[in-house]
Amino acid sequence: MKTSNKEVLFGLYDDEADLLHAVHQAKADHLDIMDVFTPFPVHGLDEALHLSESRIHIAGFIYGAIGALFGFLSMTWIFTRDWPIIFGGKPYWSVPAFIPITFELTVLFAAVGMVISYFTVNGQGPGVTNPVLHDRITDDKFCIAFDVTESADEEIGKLKAFFAASGASEVNSKQL
Amino acid sequence: MSAAVSAIRQPLITGNKTYHDITEDICGPTERTPSKAWMIAFIVSVAALSLYVFSVTWTIWKGIGSWHLNRTINWGWDITNFVWWVGIGHAGTLISAILLLFRQRWRTGVNRAAEAMTIFAVMCAGQFPLIHMGRLWLGFFIFPYPNTRGPLWVNFNSPLLWDVFAISTYLTVSLLFWYTGLVPDFATLRDRSKGLRKKVYNIFSFGWTGSAKHWQRFESLSLILAGLATPLVLSVHTIVSFDFATSVIPGWHTTIFPPYFVAGAVFSGFAMVQTLMVITRKVLHLEDYITLEHIDSMNKVILVTGTVVGVAYLTELFIAWYSGYIYEQFAFYNRVMGPYFWSYIGMMSCNVLSPQLFWSKKMRTSIYWTFVMSIFVNIGMWFERFVIIASTLSRDYLPSSWSYYSASWVEVCIFIGTLGLFFTLYLTFTRVAPVVAVAEVKSILKQAGDQYSGPEVARKQAAEKAHAGH
Repeated sequence: MKTSNKEVLFGLYDDEADLLHAVHQAKADHLDIMDVFTPFPVHGLDEALHLSESRIHIAGFIYGAIGALFGFLSMTWIFTRDWPIIFGGKPYWSVPAFIPITFELTVLFAAVGMVISYFTVNGQGPGVTNPVLHDRITDDKFCIAFDVTESADEEIGKLKAFFAASGASEVNSKQL
Repeated sequence: MSAAVSAIRQPLITGNKTYHDITEDICGPTERTPSKAWMIAFIVSVAALSLYVFSVTWTIWKGIGSWHLNRTINWGWDITNFVWWVGIGHAGTLISAILLLFRQRWRTGVNRAAEAMTIFAVMCAGQFPLIHMGRLWLGFFIFPYPNTRGPLWVNFNSPLLWDVFAISTYLTVSLLFWYTGLVPDFATLRDRSKGLRKKVYNIFSFGWTGSAKHWQRFESLSLILAGLATPLVLSVHTIVSFDFATSVIPGWHTTIFPPYFVAGAVFSGFAMVQTLMVITRKVLHLEDYITLEHIDSMNKVILVTGTVVGVAYLTELFIAWYSGYIYEQFAFYNRVMGPYFWSYIGMMSCNVLSPQLFWSKKMRTSIYWTFVMSIFVNIGMWFERFVIIASTLSRDYLPSSWSYYSASWVEVCIFIGTLGLFFTLYLTFTRVAPVVAVAEVKSILKQAGDQYSGPEVARKQAAEKAHAGH
């Protein structure tokens, strides 16, 4: 969510079942939902909003592969090219002994990379302030928000009617 | 609406809570002035922490000679404490990662505090190898980096170096896993507070809003981090056991060590979780979230892992006898009957015999016995590491170099000091962050709490979907 001069109309619901019901209805009515905010992950909401699957696991696989290659190839280069040393009469390129560190670096790169990607694509980070529509959204309210910056009055009226019909406990608008 | 989940499963959240009650109950303690009990505990912990600073300074100043290690017994309390603390850390990852993969919903009540415990325990563990280096300021030599000495590299074939990678990866990944879970809860604290408090939590909450897409990514990330942390936690104690198992010391050079160390780690870690949870739920009034059902489940894990460890001890003895190798046989004879027999007795009675009491459901659901047993297990697991390390080293191949070891006051103070470090961190954590994962508990309230709305809601939703499809 970017900060801009947006006018947002939002409704709050008291229960996730009401929220899901409302989202399904909004989709059926072809209303253009800007975003939905919930205090915890609500199951079935992704499908209701037709959100595409997160691709973070693909990123994780790539980071992990980079970590594995980096670890294994560095050790290979160091022990066969840069400074070969014999340890206990073993070959320079003692692959089994490289496995633990290769594994640890795979996990390290995948985890660090995914977490950085996650916060970056979410637009989050230390000190980032994103506009909060309502203080109780992180507590017990479930929120559907519509962007009404360029909406005509009749459209806003239609959205308000939708909120009233779907049982929103509070309807409000906010300038972002 | 509020029928129990099923006849055999107890609800995981009791007290007929609403979502707002959950927020109040869990966030509340961080917003009030600390209780007297907390203040006393904190003062004691900080006192122990200052003892740590003093005794470590003493060690660095005077040298490792201030410890009672000698040429025969060159690993004593230090590595015992290291392995003990790393082991304690394992329960946190087990609860947060492995139980997530197995869809065990009871983890939500305890995972936050257990993960915090993991991080603090690994931090305590890391102190010992660092101090044992003697020249702490050259500690960075353990990492491979291009340097002007050749470059001279570290030995990638050494289990001690694998340990460096394992422990530092473990600490990093646990910290990231824990913190990404904390971000939504910090946002809850942020939206409840005003003034300076709001500013501080605004920084820590990273600008979390609770958008549906963010929650979707959050769940995806948690699942994959859990998938990564699961083999990681198994690898960490496996590699710790390699410190011993890849050597040629009789009594250490055994293939049973990796599984045996991992089981022992989970065992001791769950004991420490119990010690902390029994006190935390009482002091912070979280009995509705950390229920007797949770305590019962964790005691079952203690019973299973304690028995696995017991089988491992007996297998070791049998294999030593069966090997027909006199040095191996002597190593085990020495453990049981040698000068350190008292630590073997401590280990066997605390780790193998005492958890058997948990076959009784009455014992498993008794707060008092859970606490007593958790202390026993912590002591027993410390003895296990001491038996493996000190008693094995004290009788090596050459009888002329046989020796006996008991810790100096400096070593004892460093150990007490790390307990101070651990509890100072844990107590601080209970003041600044929700000790129960707020968002996760809310997400199971209507699936596994006492407000189970199960099939009716599912049916209603299915009807909605059909309706939406028209």
